[in-house]
Amino acid sequence: MRLRSAALAASCLLVQALGAGLFLRGFFPAPVRLRPRRGAAPNPPPEPPASGSFSNWTKLPSPLFKRTVIVLIDALRDDFVFGSKGEQFMPYTTQLIEKGTSHSFVAEAKPPTVTMPRIKALTTGNIPGFIDVIMNLNSPALLEDNLIWQAKAAGKRIIFYGDDTWVRLFPKQFAEYDGTTSFFVSDYTEVDNNVTRHLDKVLKREDWDLLILHYLGLDHIGHLSGPNSILIGPKLSEMDSIIKKIHTSLLSKEEGEKALPPLLVVCGDHGMSETGSHGGSSEGEVRTPLLLISSAFNKRSGPQKPPELVQQTDLAVTLALGLGLPISRNSIGKLLLPVVQQKTMREQLRYLHLNGFQLSRLLQENVPAYEKDPGFEQFKMAEKSHGNWIKLYLEGNTSETLINLGKKVIKQYLEALKTLSSSLSKQMAQYDMYSMIVGTVIVLEVLLLLLLSTPKALSSKAQLEVPLSPLCSLLFYLLCLMLCAIHVVVCTSMESSCYFCSLSWLTAIGVIMLVSGLLCVILSAVENGFVNPKQPTKNPAASTSSWSEFDVLILAGTVGHVSSLGASSFVEEEHQTWYFLVNTLCLALCQEICRHYFLAKECDLQLLSAAKPGTEETKGVSCHHRKDVSLFQDDLKMVSTTKDISDSGKWMALVTPWVILICCRLLRSLNQTGVQWAHRPDLGHWLTSSEHKAELSLLAAVSLVMIFILVQRRCSLVSKIAMALGLLGVYSYRAAIGNVEFPWQRDSKDISKGIIEARFVYIFVLGIIFTGTKDLLKSQVLSADTKTKFTGLWEIYSGLVLLAALLLRPHNLPVLVFCLLFQAMIMKYVWKPLEFDAAQVTIMHYWFGQAFFFFQGNSNSIASVDVSAGFVGLENYVEIPAIFLTGFATYSGPLLWAIHLLCYLSSEVHRNPAAVGHGCFCYALLRSIPVAVYIILVTALRYHLFIWSVFSPKLLYEGVHVLITAGVCVFFTAMDQNHLRRVQD
Amino acid sequence: MKDTEIKRLLSANVICIFSIIITTVLPSLFLKNFSLLGTHLTWLCICSATVGTVNVVLHIILNPNPSSRRSSLAHKVARFLRSCVYFFMSCILFHGIIVLYGAPLIESVLETFLFAVLLSTFTTLHCLCLLGPNIHVWLRVFSKNGAMSIWDNNLQITSMCSVVGAWLGAFPIPLDWDRPWQVWPISCSLGATLGYVSGLLFAPLWIYWNRKKLTYKSR
Repeated sequence: MRLRSAALAASCLLVQALGAGLFLRGFFPAPVRLRPRRGAAPNPPPEPPASGSFSNWTKLPSPLFKRTVIVLIDALRDDFVFGSKGEQFMPYTTQLIEKGTSHSFVAEAKPPTVTMPRIKALTTGNIPGFIDVIMNLNSPALLEDNLIWQAKAAGKRIIFYGDDTWVRLFPKQFAEYDGTTSFFVSDYTEVDNNVTRHLDKVLKREDWDLLILHYLGLDHIGHLSGPNSILIGPKLSEMDSIIKKIHTSLLSKEEGEKALPPLLVVCGDHGMSETGSHGGSSEGEVRTPLLLISSAFNKRSGPQKPPELVQQTDLAVTLALGLGLPISRNSIGKLLLPVVQQKTMREQLRYLHLNGFQLSRLLQENVPAYEKDPGFEQFKMAEKSHGNWIKLYLEGNTSETLINLGKKVIKQYLEALKTLSSSLSKQMAQYDMYSMIVGTVIVLEVLLLLLLSTPKALSSKAQLEVPLSPLCSLLFYLLCLMLCAIHVVVCTSMESSCYFCSLSWLTAIGVIMLVSGLLCVILSAVENGFVNPKQPTKNPAASTSSWSEFDVLILAGTVGHVSSLGASSFVEEEHQTWYFLVNTLCLALCQEICRHYFLAKECDLQLLSAAKPGTEETKGVSCHHRKDVSLFQDDLKMVSTTKDISDSGKWMALVTPWVILICCRLLRSLNQTGVQWAHRPDLGHWLTSSEHKAELSLLAAVSLVMIFILVQRRCSLVSKIAMALGLLGVYSYRAAIGNVEFPWQRDSKDISKGIIEARFVYIFVLGIIFTGTKDLLKSQVLSADTKTKFTGLWEIYSGLVLLAALLLRPHNLPVLVFCLLFQAMIMKYVWKPLEFDAAQVTIMHYWFGQAFFFFQGNSNSIASVDVSAGFVGLENYVEIPAIFLTGFATYSGPLLWAIHLLCYLSSEVHRNPAAVGHGCFCYALLRSIPVAVYIILVTALRYHLFIWSVFSPKLLYEGVHVLITAGVCVFFTAMDQNHLRRVQD
Repeated sequence: MKDTEIKRLLSANVICIFSIIITTVLPSLFLKNFSLLGTHLTWLCICSATVGTVNVVLHIILNPNPSSRRSSLAHKVARFLRSCVYFFMSCILFHGIIVLYGAPLIESVLETFLFAVLLSTFTTLHCLCLLGPNIHVWLRVFSKNGAMSIWDNNLQITSMCSVVGAWLGAFPIPLDWDRPWQVWPISCSLGATLGYVSGLLFAPLWIYWNRKKLTYKSR
C-alpha cells in the first residue's frame, strides 16, 4: 500500500496516542478500596477475646466530643501558625498552642496538593489517586465511604460554609450550606466575609453537631502575591480573630452544660510554595498545621515540644472515633493517640483495636499475601496481648502490672498501625506492569516504524510503500497466537488488578493484532532496508559528510533535550533547556545568515578589496563577532550603494536573530516558571498586582492592537473586521471581569463573569474559522490557486490567535504578540531568502513552540495549568468545552507555531511540492522520540523519590501533547491531500 | 619545518596550560582563604590576567606571524590602543550574549562581566595577539578553509573549544545538587577553562595527525 508520509505520520501518532494512553492507565494506580458490599454496614468488631472468657463490649465506644467545629483554612502553611508569622499575627492561637488545652500537629499532605484531593483525603482518610487531579475540575459527588456520610447516617446535623467544592462533593449531606466559589482569584476579602457573616447566628444556635468552615482568602492571596506578601499578615489576624470568636463561644456554651465538651479543629488542606502556588511536593506545600482544641484535653504543661509530624489522613479516623462514628471503610489513617489519652486504658485500647482491625481488613482485601505482611503480624500479636490484658482486667486486677502491660499493648498497637498504614499507602503505588508494557511496546514500535521510514518519507516524492503483505503471512498469525496465549497466562495468574486484562476480549485481541501487525511491518521494513538495499545512495542519512553545523546543532539539541529528561531537575527546569536551545539556534541562524550573504558576494568583495586598501579578502564570519559584522556591513553598504541587492532585506535578516534574542530575554522574565527560581520576582506578578492595573491595561491594549496589525496582513476584508471586533471584545471581557480597566470607568466596582463579552468573541472566532474553512473547501473543490488555500489557512490561524487572545491571562498577551512577531520576521527575512528545507524549518518551529509553551508561564507541574481558561464565557462548569478551552490555552504556544508551520509550508509548495508531507513527518517524529524515551525512563525510574511530584505530571503533559500533535498531523494530512490531488490533475 | 613549528606550538600551549594550573594553586600561598570555588571572582581576575600576560609574552617571544613591513612607534601605539578597544568591546559583547542566555541582568553583574572577560581572554585576546586588531583577517580565519598556518588552526580550535566549554558548562546549573560549583558563573567559567585547556592540548595533536592534509595557501 502506498502512503504519503503525512498520512503515515498522522496514523502513527494516533496509534502512539493509544499506546501512551494505555501506558498512562497502567502507570497511575487505582486507589486502594474495599470491594463495595451490599447490605448493612458490618458491625463493629468486639474486643479481642481473651482465652476462655468473652468480652461483651461489641458496640462502638461512646463519643468524646459533642459538637465539632472544623475551620479549614485553604493553603495554611505550618509556619503561618507555628512559625514567627504565627506569633506575630495569630496571638490567640499561639497562646492556645502554648498554654491552652490543645494538641498541635504538623499534618503532611500527599501530593498532588490541590484542594479537592485534599478534602477527599481529610474526609475519607484515603489517599486519592493521582488521576483525581484531572478530575479536580469536574469534582463529582464523592462516592467513597467518608466521615460526612457516617455523621449524616448517625443523625448528626452538619452545617457547611465555604468553598463550594465541598457542596459538590457532598450534595445532600449538609443540613445547611452556603458555597463560595474560588472563581475570582483576585478577590480575597469578599470570599471570606461570605463565610464569616453566618458565624454569629450559627454559633448562637443549638441545632447542629458539626460545623465546617472553609476559608479561601489565604489561598487567593498566595496565588496573587506569594507567601511573603504584606496581605498575609492581616489575613492571618482575621483568621485568628475568627478562631477566637468560635473558641470563646464554645467555651461559654460549655460552662452551663454537664455534657461532653466541644472540639475545635483548625487545619489547612495544603500549604503553599515559595511562589504561592501549590500542587507539587515542596516542603511548604506539603506541611500543614493541625490544631485540635477542646477542654477535654489536659492543659499543656512543661516545656514546649515541636509539633509532631502526622499524616493528613489521620484526622478522619481520629474524628470518627472522637465523635463515636464508625471509621470510614477505606481510611488508611491511624489514630492520633494524644486525643484520647485522658480516657481509661480499656477505652484507649478499644480505640486502637478498632483502628487496627479496620486497617487489617483493608489490607486483606487488597493484598493477596496479606498474612505475610509485617504490619498484619504485628497487629495479630498486639490483639493477642490485648486479649490477655482484658482477661486480667476482667479478673479485677488493678495493680501496677496491669497499667504497665496496657502501656506495652498500646505501644504494640501503635507500631502495628504505623506498619499497616505505610504498607497500605505503598499499595497505592503498585504499578500495573502488564498494561504499561503493552503501551510501551506500541509506542516503541511506532517510533521504530517512523525511524525506519525516515529516508523514504523525506525523499522528494514524500511517498513510501508500507508493506501490507506480511499481514497475511504465517509469522503474523503465529505472533497473534503467541501473544494471545501470553495474555491469557498473564491475566489468569495476575494477583493485583490489571486494566488491560479487564478490557473485553475483543478489544484486547484488537490491540494484540495491532502489536503483532506493527512488528511484522517493521520486520519487513528492516528486511527491505538492509537485506536488499536498492538505492543506497539516495539515503540522506548515509551522506553525513554533507551535514552543516546547523544540522549538527539541531540533532545535538534534540538528543540533548531527550536525554535530559532522565534527570528530575531537568524535567522541573525544562524551560531552561528550551530557552538555551532557542538562543543557540538564533546565534546559529545569525551565522548562517552572515555566511549566506557574504559567501554569495565573495567575488564582489575581492573586487572591493582591490579598490579599498586595508580591506582583506573575506569569506565568511563567525557568529561571535556580530558587532564587527554589522560594522563591516556598514562599510560594505557605504561602498556598494549602487548595487541593487535588497540591502534592507539583508539588514533585516541580520537584525532578526538579535531582535528575537532580546525579545526572548524579555519573555523569559515575564513568567518565572520551574521550581528553583520560581520565587524570583517577575514582570507577570508585577503586572497582575492590583496597584499596577493601569499599566496592565495599557499593555493589554497595545498588545491587542499589535496582534491586529500583525494578523490582518493576509486576511480578507470580512475577517479583518471580525478580527478587530473580536479583539475589542477581548478587551471588554477583561475589563468586565476586572483584570483591566477602561480609562473612562476608573472606579467601577461591578465585577461580573463577562459571559456576554466572551460569547461575543466566541462568535467572531467561529466566524473567522468558518470563513477560513470555506476558503479551504473552495480551493479543494474548485482546485483554485494556492492563494485561496493560503488565505483560508491564514484565516483559521487568525481565528485561533483570537481565541488565544481571549483565553490567555492578560499579562500574557505580549507572549502572543512576540509569537506573531517572531513568526512574521523569521519567515520573511530568514526562512524564505535562505531557503531552509522543510525538515529544518519544522524542527525550528517545534523548538520555538516548546519555548513558547514555557514563555506562557507553563511548567511541568500541574499547578501551573490555568484552570480559569476553562470557565471563560461559561455560566457553570461544562465538562467538554472546559477541557477543550483549558487544553487550548495551555498548549496555545506549540499549537500556534504548528499551524503557522502549515501556513508557511503550504506557501512554499511551488518550491518543494512535498514540503507539507516532510513537515508533518518531521513534526510527528520530533514528538514521538521524546515520548517513547520518556515512557521508558519513567518505567525505569518508577521507584524514584520524585516519581509522583516531578515525573508523573510531566508524563501527563507528554501524553496530552501527543494527542494534540496527532490532531495537528491529521490536519496537515488533510491539507497535504488537497495539494497532491491538484498536482496529479 | 612543519614539525618544528608544531613543536613550538605545543610548547607554547603547554606553557599556557601550566600557567592556568599555577593560577589555581599558587595564589593560595599568598592570599588568605583563597580557593577556586570560595573566592571565585579573585580567581577569575587572576586567571584572566595570567593567561593574558602569558599569551602576550609568548607572542612577543615566538612571534609566529612576523610582519613584513616595519612600523613606527606611533603606529604600534595606535595598534595597541585599538586592541584594547577591541578587547573591551568583545567583553561587552560576551556580557550581552551571556545576559541574553539568561544570566541575571542587574544582580551579579560583576560575576557575569568577569566571566565575559575570561571568555574574551581565551578567544579575543588570542586573536588580537596573533592577527592584530583587524576584523577582516579574523573573519577570514574563522571562515571555512580560512586558516593560513598552524597558528590559525590552533586559534580556531582553542576559541571554539572555550566557547563550547562555556556552553556546556551551563548545563549543570539547573540540577538541584546544591553543590558550591553550581553557583553562577562557576560552572560556566570552569567549563570554559576546561574547554580552553583541552583545546590547547587537542590542537597540536589534531594538527600533527592532519599534517599531511593541511596545505596552507601563501599569503
